[in-house]
Amino acid sequence: MGNAVKLSPTSDSQKALISRLEKEAGTSINLCYQCGKCTAGCPAAFAMDYPPRQVIRLLQLGLVEEALNTESVWICASCETCSSRCPRGVDIAALMDAVRREALLQNRVTDKKVAAFNKAFLNGVKWFGRTYEAGLLIQYNTATGQYLKDAELGLPMFLKGKVGILPEKIKGRDAIKKIFERAQEKGGE
Amino acid sequence: MKLAYYPGCSLDGSGVEYGLSTRRTAAILGIELEELEDWNCCGATSGHNTNKILSLALPARNLAIAEKTGLDILAPCAACYNRFRTTEHAVRHDQNLKEKIEAIIEMPYSAKQETLSIPDLLANKIGIEKIREKVVSSLTGMKAACYYGCLLVRPVEHTGFDDAEDPQSMDQVVKALGAQAIDWPYKTECCGAALATSRPDVGTKMIYEVLLNARETGAECIVTACPLCMMNLDMRQKAAEKAYNVKFNIPIYYITELIAIACGDAQKTVGIDRHFVEAGQYLVTVKERAAEAKIAAEKAALEAAEKAKAKAAAAKEAKEKAAQTGDAAAQDKTPKSGETSAAPDTKKIDGFVTALTKNPEKMAAKLVADSAQAGVLASIMDEKKIGKLAILMAKDMELAKKAAAAFVQQELKRQGECQD
Repeated sequence: MGNAVKLSPTSDSQKALISRLEKEAGTSINLCYQCGKCTAGCPAAFAMDYPPRQVIRLLQLGLVEEALNTESVWICASCETCSSRCPRGVDIAALMDAVRREALLQNRVTDKKVAAFNKAFLNGVKWFGRTYEAGLLIQYNTATGQYLKDAELGLPMFLKGKVGILPEKIKGRDAIKKIFERAQEKGGE
Repeated sequence: MKLAYYPGCSLDGSGVEYGLSTRRTAAILGIELEELEDWNCCGATSGHNTNKILSLALPARNLAIAEKTGLDILAPCAACYNRFRTTEHAVRHDQNLKEKIEAIIEMPYSAKQETLSIPDLLANKIGIEKIREKVVSSLTGMKAACYYGCLLVRPVEHTGFDDAEDPQSMDQVVKALGAQAIDWPYKTECCGAALATSRPDVGTKMIYEVLLNARETGAECIVTACPLCMMNLDMRQKAAEKAYNVKFNIPIYYITELIAIACGDAQKTVGIDRHFVEAGQYLVTVKERAAEAKIAAEKAALEAAEKAKAKAAAAKEAKEKAAQTGDAAAQDKTPKSGETSAAPDTKKIDGFVTALTKNPEKMAAKLVADSAQAGVLASIMDEKKIGKLAILMAKDMELAKKAAAAFVQQELKRQGECQD
């Protein structure tokens, strides 16, 4: 019995966290009967430590910290194949999203690269109101220490008129900044 | 038709060809596009990965601006389209969220309008026939794999304009342009999206799988309606080739580029020369194939016409000859008399087929005396049995009854075996 796991959430706070994640995702983990159709169709499962079915299983077993620590939630590309195919109607992609956001809040990011990309992307939007593709790559490369990543694509993109050197700024930048601030205050929900 | 136009960040940057060709497609098909005033980024995947309410509020600001115009919105980028549809869905179905969103963007918004994607607009709002009418340079000979990816068709509750597993809207459009749409299993597989940038170890494999599958199913090009799919399959094709030591050289096109080209635009007008994988030559090859196919079709039509003419002349000659010699036998052989003798039988058989199909119980009772057995016969009546019985009934009712009895016995025996 050395490897036995407890089949119910260990604490009330964990229970509360799981039901909050379910509420945010608008779905119920108890619907899942572990058939594995999500994992079978997942185009990124090959790279995950816990494929989608197992992430749901962790949550069903109350092992919420383990779920938050998986690398899978950062590898998930949000393609929604799992949700669209689930025979029980579990919105697995929305759960992955909720778990990912919670991991970010708790500072448990197991894949710094994806989180760094998201941060760089949103920074551009916050400052200018639109994506600043050139700035995004520079910011992302600097944050992850990969200074020459995709450098070979930069010049051809510029020559093809596919990337501007300067950001495009919208007039309503103040409105966008406010949107970011208020969303942050609300804690996402 | 007039639509509010939301180009999104990509169409001014990495997806510049999509922007050019969308505007051209709209002009060709008579759609007026009014660009949304001071629009902002939709937040894309990074938005919903980070903060749920932010991921709804960023699209909502644009949608609220559009709502003032009273127009439906065209969002060519699949990611923007998906975020817009998700926001519309949330606002329509969750009053609490709606109020929160309105407070954050400081604008009223009730999701009265609808956001359209390019494939939805083309196949369902404009219609395939109208597109077909505009084609001046058919893409006959093009073998295209239409690639929908994730965000256009999933989740179906938010998007809903096409099937989530085997969508057809773009397939219909490329067929209307004269091309062949390849059936392939990866049409809604994910290209990896931003993983190609953030986790190339994962993203490159996903790009490779899509390209490989397209090639294996006989496609010579891939057609997309998503700037991120384009970026991955086109700009990063070389990296995928390098990582897996293969050569694909598969040109990737936006569906709108193909429409503009098939409707007479020059390649440069829609930015074919800005692709990373050379895409101009294949269009030239397709044009040559189309010209060859046209010549071959004309030649075949001419030959067929000549053949028919010769046949008619020969028949006329034979008839005249027969009339001259007064050969009665030759006149008898004319097909007309043969037809009249066969006609009653065919009519009779058709009649029985209709009766057996429409009213199997009644007809079975006529063929089998025992009512239980007649029931069995009626229950197993299929096309093959109806055909056989109808022929026999027209010929000889006794033979038909025998066949009917044999069918019943066969079925009873089969049922008995099943029970064993």
